[in-house]
Order: sequence, then structure tokens, then C-alpha cells
Amino acid sequence: MFHVLIAAAALVCAIQAVRAARLLLSALWLAGASALVALEMYLLGAPEIAVIELSVGAGLVTVLFVFAINLTGEENLDARRTIPRPLSWVLLFGASALLLIFILPGINQSETGQVYATFREIFWEDRQLDTLLQILMILAGVLGVLGLLSDQKTDLSPTQKDRRA
Amino acid sequence: MTISIPTTVIIMVLGLIGIGIYALLTTRHLIKVIVALQLLVKGAMLALVLAGRLTGQEELGQSLAITVIIADTIVAVIGMALAVQVRRVIGTLDLRSLTSLRR
Repeated sequence: MFHVLIAAAALVCAIQAVRAARLLLSALWLAGASALVALEMYLLGAPEIAVIELSVGAGLVTVLFVFAINLTGEENLDARRTIPRPLSWVLLFGASALLLIFILPGINQSETGQVYATFREIFWEDRQLDTLLQILMILAGVLGVLGLLSDQKTDLSPTQKDRRA
Repeated sequence: MTISIPTTVIIMVLGLIGIGIYALLTTRHLIKVIVALQLLVKGAMLALVLAGRLTGQEELGQSLAITVIIADTIVAVIGMALAVQVRRVIGTLDLRSLTSLRR
């Protein structure tokens, strides 16, 4: 029952995050959804992931969102859509049906308590390449942000310079 | 009638992914696109943890979920830096105005 409540609350938070007119509220609803997902992960027996998700997903990303919204300002775009609403519903149901086709065969599989290796062994030894790639990703992210947020004037392309002139 | 835990989590996963895809398809605001991506990835992450639990390889699912969290956070950070720059250069966060790059 507790799981059902968490799932319902997380979905409500997600819908509100998408529907909210103000960006700041959207970011806060997203943080709520993130916290509930973290709680669900904790209950599923993954406390390490829950802690990381809570601190990164609900904490850091929300702070970054607020920062970005402050820098860009609230902007109300008119309601015209990129693709018509019926088409988006059709695509959504198509994607959900595909997901279900893949998920349903495994849903009745019984839970096995067998443990193959500890988390530390898998994370640091079996999936060493993943860990290296994560470090590389973080470096790439830092470089990307530095490049994007650096002074714009120096890296204008020739056409942009022409247009400005 | 009681709903089993895996079924509940799968409904949650499907809901999060569905809401994320719908928002990605319909929104035009750059920051809302990042919100939609975050929702989508949270669904995928939960699915990884559940899959690990169902197949008895909890630790493998969890270490994959960590990779997903890191990749997702970097995507969000780069996306927001991009949004700030787009706003500064083009003056709007409307995705449609980004098509002016075609000219």
C-alpha cells in the first residue's frame, strides 16, 4: 500500500512539473518527484543509489535549475505546439506499448535472493570501464560548461560577425 | 486486491517515462525540455534498480543506475548552460527560434 501511495505521489509530482506554468514551480515539483523516486529506491533495497539520487537529483539539479531560471528569467511562450496534440498522444501510446512488450515477459519472474557479488566489487572491479567513463564524462561536462559560459565575443563565427557588423 | 511491489514500480516507471515523452513532444521551452528529460531518466533509473532486484543481480543494476545518474546530471548541467547562452544570444528560450540556425 505504501508503494502505491509513493507511486501515485511521484506521478502527481511529475505531471505537475510538466504542467506548471511557472518554471520555478516546475523545478520544485521535479525535486519532489526525485525525492519520491529516491524513497522508492530505498524501499527496493538500493540505499546507496537512493542517497545519491536524493543529493544529486533533488538537491544539486534543483539548485542548478533555480540558478538557470534566475539567469534566463521567466518566459511565457504562447501555447502553439511543435506537433499537434493527437499525434503526440499516438506517439506516446506507441512508445508505452513497446515498453510494455519488453517489460511484461519479465514481470512475473520470482525475486531471487541470490547475491552474485557485493556492490563494491561490481562497481570498482567488474565495471571499472564504467567508472573511468564516468570520470571522463564529468570532465567533459566541466569543459562544456566552461566553454559555454565563457565570454561570447571571442568565439563568434565569421558569418555572425558579418551579421553583427 | 493487493498490487505486488514490482507491478507498482513498473506502473511508476511507465508513468514517469510516458509523462517525460509527452512533455518532450509537446513543450517548446528549453528548460522544460530538460525537466522532461530528467523525468524520463528517473523512470529508466528506477527500471534498472527493479530489473536488478527481479533477476537477483541487485548490485549490477545499482552500479548501472549510478552511471545513469551521472550521465543525466551532466546532460542537465550542459543543457542549462546551453539555455543560458541561447537566451543571451538569441533572446528567447523558444525551441522554434533555434531553427534560425538553418538560414
